[in-house]
Amino acid sequence: MNALGYLSQLLEIFLALLLAPLLSGWINQWRAWLQNKSAPSLFQPYRKLHKLFNKDLVLAEHASSLYRITPYVVFGCMALACAIIPSLSTDLPLSPAADAIALVGLFALARVFISLAAMDVGTAFGTLGARREMLIGFLAEPALLMVLFSASLLSKSTSLTTIVDTLAHRDLAIYPSLAFAGVAFTMVSLAENARIPVDNPATHLELTMIHEALILEYSGRHLALLEWASSLKLFAYSCAGLALFFPWGIADALSPLALLLALPMLILKLALGGALLALLESVSAKMRIFRVPEFLATAFLLAVIGMLVNILLGV
Amino acid sequence: MSAFITQFINLLAAILLMLAFAMLSQRRILSLIYLYTLQGATLVAATAIVGFVTHQPHLYFSAAITLVLKVLLIPMLLHRVIDRLNVRWDVETLINIPTTMLMGIVLVMFSFYLAQPISQMSATIARGTLGIALACVLLSFMMMITRSKAVPQVIGFLSMENGLFFAATAATYGMPMVVELGIALDVLVGILILGVFMFHIREQFDSLDIRHLEKLKED
Amino acid sequence: MPLDWILMLVLAWLLIGSAGVLALRRLTLVARLLFPAGGLVGLLLLVAAALALREAPASAVLPLGLPSLPFHFRLDSLAAFFLMVIGAASTGISFFAAGYFRRGEGTPPGLLCLEYHVFLASMVLVVLADDAYAFMVMWETMALSSFFLVIANHRLPEIRRAGYLYLLMAHIGAIGILLCFGVLQANTGDYTFANMRAQHLSPFWASLAFLLALFGFGAKAGIVPLHVWLPEAHPAAPSPVSALMSGIMLKTAIYGLLRVTFDLLHTPLWWWGVLLLGLGLLSALYGVVFAAVQVDMKRLLAYSSIENIGLLVAGIGLAALFAAYGMHPMAALALTAVLYHSVSHAFFKSLLFVATGSVLHATRERSLGKLGGLIRFMPWVAWMTLIGALTSAGLPPLGGFVPEWLLLQSFLFTPGLPNAFLNMLVPVAAALIALVAALAGYTMVKFFGVIFLGQPREEKLSQAHDAGFWERLGMLWLVSGCVALGLFPVPVITLLDAVTRPLVGAGLGAAVSGSQWLLIPVSLERASYGPALFLLGVAVSLALAFALVRAFYHGRLRRAPPWDCGYPWQNPRMQDTAEGFGQPIREIFSPFFRIERSLPTPFDAQPHYRVSVGDHFWHWLYLPVARLVERLARLIGLLQRGRIAIYLLYSFVTLIAVLMVVKR
Repeated sequence: MNALGYLSQLLEIFLALLLAPLLSGWINQWRAWLQNKSAPSLFQPYRKLHKLFNKDLVLAEHASSLYRITPYVVFGCMALACAIIPSLSTDLPLSPAADAIALVGLFALARVFISLAAMDVGTAFGTLGARREMLIGFLAEPALLMVLFSASLLSKSTSLTTIVDTLAHRDLAIYPSLAFAGVAFTMVSLAENARIPVDNPATHLELTMIHEALILEYSGRHLALLEWASSLKLFAYSCAGLALFFPWGIADALSPLALLLALPMLILKLALGGALLALLESVSAKMRIFRVPEFLATAFLLAVIGMLVNILLGV
Repeated sequence: MSAFITQFINLLAAILLMLAFAMLSQRRILSLIYLYTLQGATLVAATAIVGFVTHQPHLYFSAAITLVLKVLLIPMLLHRVIDRLNVRWDVETLINIPTTMLMGIVLVMFSFYLAQPISQMSATIARGTLGIALACVLLSFMMMITRSKAVPQVIGFLSMENGLFFAATAATYGMPMVVELGIALDVLVGILILGVFMFHIREQFDSLDIRHLEKLKED
Repeated sequence: MPLDWILMLVLAWLLIGSAGVLALRRLTLVARLLFPAGGLVGLLLLVAAALALREAPASAVLPLGLPSLPFHFRLDSLAAFFLMVIGAASTGISFFAAGYFRRGEGTPPGLLCLEYHVFLASMVLVVLADDAYAFMVMWETMALSSFFLVIANHRLPEIRRAGYLYLLMAHIGAIGILLCFGVLQANTGDYTFANMRAQHLSPFWASLAFLLALFGFGAKAGIVPLHVWLPEAHPAAPSPVSALMSGIMLKTAIYGLLRVTFDLLHTPLWWWGVLLLGLGLLSALYGVVFAAVQVDMKRLLAYSSIENIGLLVAGIGLAALFAAYGMHPMAALALTAVLYHSVSHAFFKSLLFVATGSVLHATRERSLGKLGGLIRFMPWVAWMTLIGALTSAGLPPLGGFVPEWLLLQSFLFTPGLPNAFLNMLVPVAAALIALVAALAGYTMVKFFGVIFLGQPREEKLSQAHDAGFWERLGMLWLVSGCVALGLFPVPVITLLDAVTRPLVGAGLGAAVSGSQWLLIPVSLERASYGPALFLLGVAVSLALAFALVRAFYHGRLRRAPPWDCGYPWQNPRMQDTAEGFGQPIREIFSPFFRIERSLPTPFDAQPHYRVSVGDHFWHWLYLPVARLVERLARLIGLLQRGRIAIYLLYSFVTLIAVLMVVKR
C-alpha cells in the first residue's frame, strides 16, 4: 500500500459523507419535477441535518443505553460500508478488511441494531417497524448476497476490489448472469432504501410505513445521524450498483490522473442513477405490505437464477 | 468478434429466460401482453443476429415474420381482446408466486440437465442456449398450468411457441421455411380461434374463469 | 503425557461428583465449592487438550470393565479439538451453575452435582474412546446421566414426558451406532477402532455403515426428522444442563459423524456428501423457521440448535463431497468451517441458555409473552446476552460470522466439481445457507427484543434482579469466547490445521498464517476478512461521530414520555408480542407448520385466541410408528390370559420345543 492508496481511501470516505445528502436531495428534486411539483432546494438535506443537530434531544422516559448508542453504531456501519465499496479507485487499504460477504454482514449488523432500538421504547409502532424491517431484511440480505456472488463467480473472488477490477478493466464482455443480478439488485435496493414500491419515504401513514416507524421516537442529533446514515446507505447501494453493473471509469491502482478522472465520472453516473431512481419511483405504485415478501422472494430467486445461468452457460 | 457475438446471443437467451420468469410472476394481464411483446422483440434480434453470423438469409425472413406477427399483430389482437372482454385487472394465480418460481428454478436445472448432452455434441454458435430455450418452453407450460383465467393461458401458449422457435434457431439455425410459415399461420389461426372461444366462454358463463368448463363434464 | 493428565482430570470430575453425594443437601458447599472446582477442572482440560493438539496420537489401555475386554483410549488431534470444546464451554457453564442451583427444586443439589460431573466425564471419555465397547458404554452413560439431569424437576408430568422421549430417542440412536460398529469391524471380531481403520470395506458395506452412523448420530444431534426430542428435552432441563446438552453434547454426535466418515471409513463417496448436504440444509431451514415462531424462550433456542446442527451437517457434507473428488484443500476449508462453527456454537448457545436461566430465576417466566423490558433491571445479563444473540445471528465481527464466511467461501469454490449436476445444486445450497443466516438474525432480534427490550409486560418484572457473581463470571467467560473467536480467527484456524490434516490431507494453516490481522484462506485477491480491522473501522467512525457532534453542537438531553398516538390509555400488554413478531414467518412458511387456530366470535364476552404450531413430522412419522408399536404390543398382550393353567401350558409347550431342538 502506498500513499496514493491511503489518499484515495480518505477521499472516498469524505466524498461519501459529503455527497450522500446531496444525492438524496437530487433524487427528491427529480421526484418533485417528475410529479409536477416545485422542487425543494438541492441542499435541503444539509439544512435539515443542521437543524436536527441543533435541536434538543428528547429521549423517551425509559429508553435504555442500547437505544442511545444505536444511531452511532448505524452511522459507523454505513460509513465503513461506503469506505469499502470501490467508487473511485480499486486501490483501497481498508478493503481487505471486509469482502462481499462481510459487506452484507455489515448491513445486517446495522439493521439488527436499529430494529432492536425500535423495540426498546416499547411503543406499538416501534415493534411494528422492527418486525417489518426484519421481514424485509431476511429476504433482501440473501438476495443481495446472491447478487454479489454472481459477480464473484465471474471474477473468482469475493473481494470487492478484485470484482470491480475484473469487471472494469478486462476486455469488454457481456455476462448474461449480470442481467439477472442487475434486476434483482434493483429490486433489493428499492426495498432496502425504503423506496416506493416497498416503503414510502415521504409519509408517516401508519399502516404502510416501515423505515419511518423504526425511527419514530428518535429526535435531535440521533435523528440527524440516522437520516445521514440512511442517505449514506443509499449512496453505498448506488455506488455498489454502479461498480458492479457500470464499472467504467473507476480508477486502476497507482495513477493519480485516473483518480482525478474518476471523480467527475462518478458524479455523472450518480446523477443519472438518481434521476432514474426517481423515475422508477414515480411510475410505480406502493404495494401492500403482504405483497412485499413476494416481491423480495422474486428478487432472491432471480439472483439465484443469475448464479445458475452463470454456471450453466459456462461463462 | 465471434466470441462477442456468442456472448450477445447468450445475453439474449438470458433475457428470454428472464422474461419467462417475469411472466410467471406477473399477475396483471396487460403486463403479460407487454412481456410477450418484449419476448417477441428479443426473438427477432436473436434470429437476425444468428442469420447475420451464419450468413443464412432465410433467417432474416423468419425474423421479419416474427416481427410482424409476434411484435405487432398478435399483441394488437390481444389488446383488442382484453379491451372488449374488459379484463385488464390482476388475476390471482392458483399457486403462490414464490412457490411457482421455486418450481421454475427446478425446471431450469432439469432442462439444462436434459440439454447438456445435446449441447456438447452440437457445434452451433451458442451451445448453452438450448437449455435456456427448453427452460422457456417448460416455464411457459407451467404458467399455463398455474393460471385459471383464459387470457393468461393463451399468452402462456404463445410464449411456449416462442421458446420452441428460439430452440430451433439456436440449435439448428432455424426450421425449413415451409415449416416456419406453417407454424406462423397456425399460431395466427390459433389465436383467432382462441379469441372467439374466449368470447363464447364469457357469453356462456359470464366469466373467463376456465374452472367453469368443469361443468361441461357429463356426470 | 497429556492423555494421562486428561484421564486424571476425568477422575477429578468423578471425585467432585462423589463429594456431592456426601454433601447431599448442603447447597452452599455444593454450589460454592464443588461446581467452581469442576469449572477449574474444565479449564485445565482446555489447556491439556490444547497442548495435545499438535502432538502425535497417544493411546492407553485401561483394564476396566469386563475381563479380556479392556477400555482402549486414544488421544489424536480430532479428539483433542473436541476436548477443547468440552473444556472451554464447561468452564463457563460450571461457574454459572455455581450460582444457579437453588434449594427445593426436585433432585437434591448433591445428586445433581454427581449427575452433572458424570455427564461431563462421560462426554470426555466418549471422545477419547478407541474401541466400540468403551464408546458404547460411555455413550450410554452420557445418555443416562443427561436423562437424570433433564428430569431434575421430576414432579412436573410434562418434564417426565420430555425425559422419556429423550431416553427413547437416545436408545434408538444407540442401536444405529452399535450396528454401525458391527458393520465396520467386518467380521473380524475385533472391535477396536484401529482394526476398523485397517479394514477396507466394499462400497456397499461402507455405505451401510455410513447410513447407520448417520442415523445413530443424527438421532443424538437432532437432524430432521430425528429432531423431535430436542425442543422437548432442552426446555425441560435446568438451564446449565440445557447449555451442556446443546452446547457440548450435540457436538459429540458431530464428533462421531466426523470420526466414522473421515477416519474409520477412509474416503467418503460423493453421494454421502449430497445426502449430508441435503439433510443439513433441511434441518437448518426447518430449525430456524420453527425457532422464529416459538413463544417459549428455551424452545426457541432448542430449535435454533437444530438449525446450527443443520449448518454443521451441511458443512460436513460439503467437505465429504470435496474429499470424494480428491479436492483436499477445499475439503479442508469446509471442514475448518465445521470445526470453527462447533466451537463458536458451543460458546454462544451455552451463553444464551444460561442467560435464559438467569431470566428464569429473576422472573419465574419462560414464556416470551410475559417478559419484556428486562434490560433496565438486569443490565449485565442483557448486554452479555446481546453479544450472544449477535453471535448467534452470525453478524460480524463476532464468532458466529467467521464459520459462516468460511462455509460460503467453500461454496463459491465448488464450480470446480467434475459433476455438472452437482455444480447446479451448489448455488441453490448457498442461497439456502444465506437465507438461514438471515432468518437466524430475525429470530435473534425477536429473542433479545421481546425479553429485554420494550416495557415489562407484567407487574412483577420490575422486581427482577440481576445475576449474581458466579453467574456473571460464567457468562463473562462465554462472552469473551464469542468475542475472541470473532476477532482472532487466524490463531484458531492455525490450530485447526492439525485436525484437518489427518482427516482430509490438507489444511488452511499455511495459507492463513501469512497475516495475523487478515483472514486469507487462499489468496488476497480471492477473499479476505479482517475482523479486528472491521471492528476498528466501525469503532473509529462511531467515536469520531460522537466526538464531532459534541464538539460542533451540544449534548443537551430531555426526557419525555414516548408518543402515545393520542391514546394515553395504553398499557404494556398492548405491545407487540412474541407471537406477533413471528407472524410474518408463520404466514410465509405456512406449509412448514401444522397450525391449529381457534378464533373467538365477535360476540364472545371473554374472547380467547388460541394458536398451536405443530410439527408435521410428529404427525406423519412418529404417530404412525407409535400406533404400529402399540398395535404390535397389543398382539403380544393376547398372550396374557390371567389363568395359571394357560401360563403352565406356555411353559410346557416351550419345554417340548426346546427338547425337540436338543434332540436334533
